[in-house]
Amino acid sequence: MTKRLRNLFIPVIAVLLGILSGTLIMIVSGYDPIAGFTSLWYGAFGDLYYTGEVIRQVTPYILSGLAVAFAFRVGLFNIGVEGQLIVGWLAAVWIGVAFELPKVIHLPLAILTAAVAGAIWAFIPGLLKAKFRVHEVIVTIMMNYIALHITNYIIRTVLSEKSDKTKTIFESASLRSPFLEGLTDYSRLHWGILISLACAFTMWFLLEKTTIGYELRSVGFNHHASQYAGMNVNRNIILSMIISGAFAGLAGAMEGLGTFGYAAVKGGFTGVGFDGIAVALLGGNTAVGVIFSALLFGALKVGALNMPLESGIPNELVDIIIALIVFFVASSYMIRWIIDRFNNKGVK
Amino acid sequence: MDFMDILQIIIPSTLLWAAPLIFTALGGIFSERSGVVNIGLEGLMVIGAFTAIVFNLTFIDTFGNLTPWVALLVAMLAGALFSVIHAVASITFRADHTVSGVAINLLAVGLTLFLVKLIYGKGQTDIIQKGFDKIDIPFLKNIPFLGSIFFSNTYLTSFVAIGFALVVWYVIYKTPFGLRLRSVGEHPMAADTMGINVTKMRYIGVILSGAFGGIGGGVYAQAITSDFGHATISGQGFMALAAMIFGKWHPLGAMGAALFFGLAQSISIIGSNLPILENIPSVYLHIAPYVLTILALTGFIGRADAPKAVGTHYIKGSR
Repeated sequence: MTKRLRNLFIPVIAVLLGILSGTLIMIVSGYDPIAGFTSLWYGAFGDLYYTGEVIRQVTPYILSGLAVAFAFRVGLFNIGVEGQLIVGWLAAVWIGVAFELPKVIHLPLAILTAAVAGAIWAFIPGLLKAKFRVHEVIVTIMMNYIALHITNYIIRTVLSEKSDKTKTIFESASLRSPFLEGLTDYSRLHWGILISLACAFTMWFLLEKTTIGYELRSVGFNHHASQYAGMNVNRNIILSMIISGAFAGLAGAMEGLGTFGYAAVKGGFTGVGFDGIAVALLGGNTAVGVIFSALLFGALKVGALNMPLESGIPNELVDIIIALIVFFVASSYMIRWIIDRFNNKGVK
Repeated sequence: MDFMDILQIIIPSTLLWAAPLIFTALGGIFSERSGVVNIGLEGLMVIGAFTAIVFNLTFIDTFGNLTPWVALLVAMLAGALFSVIHAVASITFRADHTVSGVAINLLAVGLTLFLVKLIYGKGQTDIIQKGFDKIDIPFLKNIPFLGSIFFSNTYLTSFVAIGFALVVWYVIYKTPFGLRLRSVGEHPMAADTMGINVTKMRYIGVILSGAFGGIGGGVYAQAITSDFGHATISGQGFMALAAMIFGKWHPLGAMGAALFFGLAQSISIIGSNLPILENIPSVYLHIAPYVLTILALTGFIGRADAPKAVGTHYIKGSR
């Protein structure tokens, strides 16, 4: 089996195993799996409204998936996407409520600020990794909580008077689109999906077609070899975290400027950043893969909301399936081992 | 309100918040000392909290006043069992430890909420009737000065946690088992050469972390929240991870860090009622544990070095 085919094979098997486990769980819990999956499918694609919501959910998933994938390709594990997303969300909304400008200036400014805020939040772990060799996983986890508490504090004290959410952003900073909403039976679909797709293209182009991308990937493959070849490893580490954080910040802008139009005090994380890890992993850390796996997870998440209504199955079932898919992809050694055994038998 | 009154409020509250962190951080030490990164502590606490609450609600009539303690044992078993998934994925199937840990967290939250809805038909459980209550510790409470601060109106679980920290310190630093566990986390090939079963030691490390994480979650749920819902465990596992690192992977260090983080947490909650502290915005106390951990890792507060082989797979025959 060629390497390319096998790379496609593992995520597909992982998804199938995940769905199979979901079926088993439904049977064991006394639910009807056929009714369950039917309601899941209907909740995702059975109606134009639902489809619009799926694409809306896919929008931040693509960006958070890209953020994780980009860092991964340079050999870094950015668990801090969640925190960078929250910071980006707040920054975008801040610009959205603070000024009233013509749309051509205001909207790009808000989006850019979100990207910069996310990039700054990711710059810190990048710098610590490059200068002090501090493991980025721990630092980014800590940065998530710092982001959560600081943004909550700012929302309560600076952007509102002890209220739990900010004002709604001015129309001139909004990504919302009456046209797309009308097209999908008044879902919350907004223009952000175009930004997500453009970012996926940017990541592919940057990594595969430019010198910078070549260096970044090379650092991801082997620090030492890149160093000997005269590349500046530390600069590449920081750069990759900045770009990764910018993607994450943009994912926050999608929520702040598109879906919600405000920022609210959060008791816990949004989950989009952590789901981004699942998206990137299943997508094999490539731009195209991320788009497809974001579509899958977006459909699962939105479709799940219909499950309790139609078949009485708790929507958390989908969270279980997603977690198991992550396990199966991560344990690809097992899948590869099984495939190899089958292949060897075929040869003999 | 004089200084003595303030201490009598703050210290029991600190001990209350620190206990789950101490247990969970000790678990993290077992896992990471054996060389397996455990980001899944949060998920293990979720499993422990869920199990303890469900057991407590179901068997309160059978065990009466002993229920919270029995529930804690069951939570320990559930945590240990659940951590086997992490062990299998990250040791046998050579999954990336961090990815597997993230999956543990996602799975724990999904699974427990699914079960809560399946069992109770709603998003969160009822409130338990009998949790860990404030008690006065006999004899010790009569010590002048110290007795009224440390040993009255306090929680027994906190002292159990501190006791466990001493036991874990002894086990890890003074027993053959501890030496083996540490050697597997520092240099698995050398350990293997000396006849230590690397895989077995790592499995034990991870399962112990599950057991302690389960206890941590059970203590938290039965002493602080008293029910189980989606927000019961919100970051305590990661704070325990921070305590483990801030304590430099040492049981007593982790205990000290957990006590300190417990202090920060309790002041952020009750501080607004106390003089002096009421003027500090609580955000500083909220972020203090995380900022300090980053500083400790960076080397500004003494160098925190992880076990050498943490996060790597040991594959026999490779160099």
